[in-house]
Amino acid sequence: MLREGEVRIPSGCAIAAIIDKKGGMINGAEIIKSIALMHDRSNGLGGGFAAYGIYPEHKDEYAFHIFYDTAAAKEACEEFLFKHFNIDVAERIPTRKIAAISKSPDIWRYFGKPNRVRMKNARLDEGEYVMQCVTKVNASYEGAYIFSSGKNMGCFKAVGYPEDVGEFYMLDTYNAYLWTAHGRFPTNTPGWWGGAHPFSLLDWSIVHNGEISSYDANRRYIEQFGYKCTMQTDTEVITYLFDHLMRHHGLPTKVAADVLTAPEWTEIDRMEPEKREYFTRLRAIYSGALVNGPFSVILGSNKGLLAINDRLKLRSLTAATKGNRAYFASEESAIRIICPEPEKVWSVSGADPVFVPLEIAQEEGE
Amino acid sequence: MSVNYIPRRFDIVRDNERCVQCGCCVRQCSNECHYFAEGGKIVLADASACVACHRCVDLCPTSALSIQKHVCDYRENANWAPQYQQEICRQAQTGGVLLSGMGTPKPYPIYWDKMLLNASQVTNPSIDPLREPMEIRTILGRKPRQLEVDAAGNPLGEMPPQIILETPIIFSAMSFGSISLNAQKSLAMAAKNLGTLFNTGEGGLHPDLSDYTDYAVVQVASGRFGVHKDYLENARMIEIKIGQGAKPGIGGHLPGEKVNVEVSNARMIPEGSDAISPAPHHDIYSIEDLRQLIWSLKQATQGKKPVSVKIAAVHNVAAIVSGCARAGADIIAIDGFRGGTGAAPTRIRDNVGIPIELALAAADARLRDEGIRSEVSLLAAGSFRCSADIVKAIALGADACYCASAPLIAMGCHMCQTCHTGKCNWGIATQRPELTKRLNPDIMHERVENLIHAWNHEIKEMMGGMGINSIDSLRGNRLMLRGIGLSEKELQILGIKHAGE
Repeated sequence: MLREGEVRIPSGCAIAAIIDKKGGMINGAEIIKSIALMHDRSNGLGGGFAAYGIYPEHKDEYAFHIFYDTAAAKEACEEFLFKHFNIDVAERIPTRKIAAISKSPDIWRYFGKPNRVRMKNARLDEGEYVMQCVTKVNASYEGAYIFSSGKNMGCFKAVGYPEDVGEFYMLDTYNAYLWTAHGRFPTNTPGWWGGAHPFSLLDWSIVHNGEISSYDANRRYIEQFGYKCTMQTDTEVITYLFDHLMRHHGLPTKVAADVLTAPEWTEIDRMEPEKREYFTRLRAIYSGALVNGPFSVILGSNKGLLAINDRLKLRSLTAATKGNRAYFASEESAIRIICPEPEKVWSVSGADPVFVPLEIAQEEGE
Repeated sequence: MSVNYIPRRFDIVRDNERCVQCGCCVRQCSNECHYFAEGGKIVLADASACVACHRCVDLCPTSALSIQKHVCDYRENANWAPQYQQEICRQAQTGGVLLSGMGTPKPYPIYWDKMLLNASQVTNPSIDPLREPMEIRTILGRKPRQLEVDAAGNPLGEMPPQIILETPIIFSAMSFGSISLNAQKSLAMAAKNLGTLFNTGEGGLHPDLSDYTDYAVVQVASGRFGVHKDYLENARMIEIKIGQGAKPGIGGHLPGEKVNVEVSNARMIPEGSDAISPAPHHDIYSIEDLRQLIWSLKQATQGKKPVSVKIAAVHNVAAIVSGCARAGADIIAIDGFRGGTGAAPTRIRDNVGIPIELALAAADARLRDEGIRSEVSLLAAGSFRCSADIVKAIALGADACYCASAPLIAMGCHMCQTCHTGKCNWGIATQRPELTKRLNPDIMHERVENLIHAWNHEIKEMMGGMGINSIDSLRGNRLMLRGIGLSEKELQILGIKHAGE
């Protein structure tokens, strides 16, 4: 059977997220409780979390989380990593032995900065350099897979139900100001850890529910610009779209969200001239980046949290706020179990992306 | 001379019990197959000039007529098929180049028929176009590499000129001269009502079409017929015609007999003179010359008109398309070898060029490899027989499709493939006043509109089935296609998987 990335696997899912916009800390147990409630939306073939603000002592360094299938893969990958980065810390990610999670790969994390000389010689800025290194390892080092590569954030994922994955990675020992979570229901059984979600690149992490019908149009659009969709998943291509629009084209988060979930023409035709011009341009230039079909997506980054829903509202996504916190989940019950009395609850609409900026974000404008 | 015997193609069968000898067929047939005999008492037919246009059959008030294939057997020979023997006879008699009308009838592979579309099941819902918005609006023109916005997200700077179409179907170039003014006017009216474009071909713009200039593509071809400042400015888009799918590598020839006073005015040439389009543009001998012509046309129109370059699908099409994009073409039209024509040398039509499916797939892939696909628009031409062909072309990577034969059929064409004779009984490919008056633009534009409305509905149905509600998400979405009965190499060029994969 082909591994994920060699074949495209549709899947349904549960997603959840919490953010404290003032940077207050939230324990991992909370997000686990939220995603656990939606147990039936996943089938044990993938679960994961992304956490922001968990590595304050290494906040200026890239944190690489890597799965190794073999010792040889680790050796080869480390050789590459040590050549391209100045690595300060290399350690196994602590895990709990639990019955529900078996056949674990060797899971390591590294903290380090890009090798300045190499980066300068490659004539790349830091983000591009790191992205290309990650792509290189994932595309050409068999048995090694970098599944997290941001600063002061980390992605934790495995084959299993999300609540078991949280226990396995001991997420109750981590505190973060932004959490996202994912439970997966793939309609095929690859059983590969790298195929679980969130999908993460640099600071971006994406959890996604749905199966986009624009996949190949989006893939072929983004691959024009040096990306390689090795995973063949919706989540991967959506991450690259955001990365491209925001990092390469310098678009604000809101504009990037408008590209992916642009309003329908009938709506645009009724808008004020300025708005109409804005959306007409945006749809003309970025027609290949419009995302179609059912999806709800939560994009986490050090800038904040963005939630978008498909244009026809074919997938559920509920949002709620209380105090400094905002909550998102595929089902309202998954919010209420950790926040029984929210101040505001609403269903995220297709035309109206929700962006909750982190008000402590130092990285803004970087 | 008896040595030149060529069996006729058809028999005209008259049911004498139904025929009332009214002579309608006599009046209708410009090939003069039907005639009165016995002092006008009875009607007879000589089928030797019959082209199976069905005009007499269609108009016979008592349905007394039908056309059948005439059988005159040759000894079987897979190599020396009768067609070749007959063509040799013809050339032995005349010493001339064989001419044909319409696209090649040869049984080359039609890849549209070897590709199947996807539909959603379970994991992804299909969308009902009757209940949900289904967008087929298509925007043609040069796109900037990225949107420039200020900190508040407001767009900055100017956009290059864009053409907003309400369907991905546009009408391909057919000049006044090759087709009648009534036929061209029908297309112009339909284009206006449908929110799409018609194309003047290289025959200039007749003053009667002045109400439709916002929907006109005006061609600048190697003969430069009818090209002047007003012509360029009275257009939505300018198209430099480098080549045509039905006759790549050669020019055109409108015989002097067809150059009546109207055609002469539109083309700006003397009445009765042959209109000869040279094979190359004599000011384009390489890509850098094309760049200059594109630039000149933009200068002449203050940069307000997108410029398209139309080329025939030939072996090196991908590199040529890339060159055109880099030379400044905003839109590139590729015309496949099955595309139609008013007249082409038979040998060229049937042997030169490649299918649009392969050319389109190769060109789209090449532009993506170079990272410039999203900056230009790609038009596909060269035989779209139904809405499914269009959906497949868009999934392969086309922005929009040029159609000509299909709207002609909507106006009465029966594919008799004798456009070059100028005797079109349906008033389409002719300039004879008694024939052109048979085509009433006030009726025919509605039939063309009906056809495109029907195709639009079908395109929406197919998109909805795939779970796609915007044509933007179909464009280049090759995962929606699967090959059936194709070789590994063909699949690789088309960039698609085989059915079952």
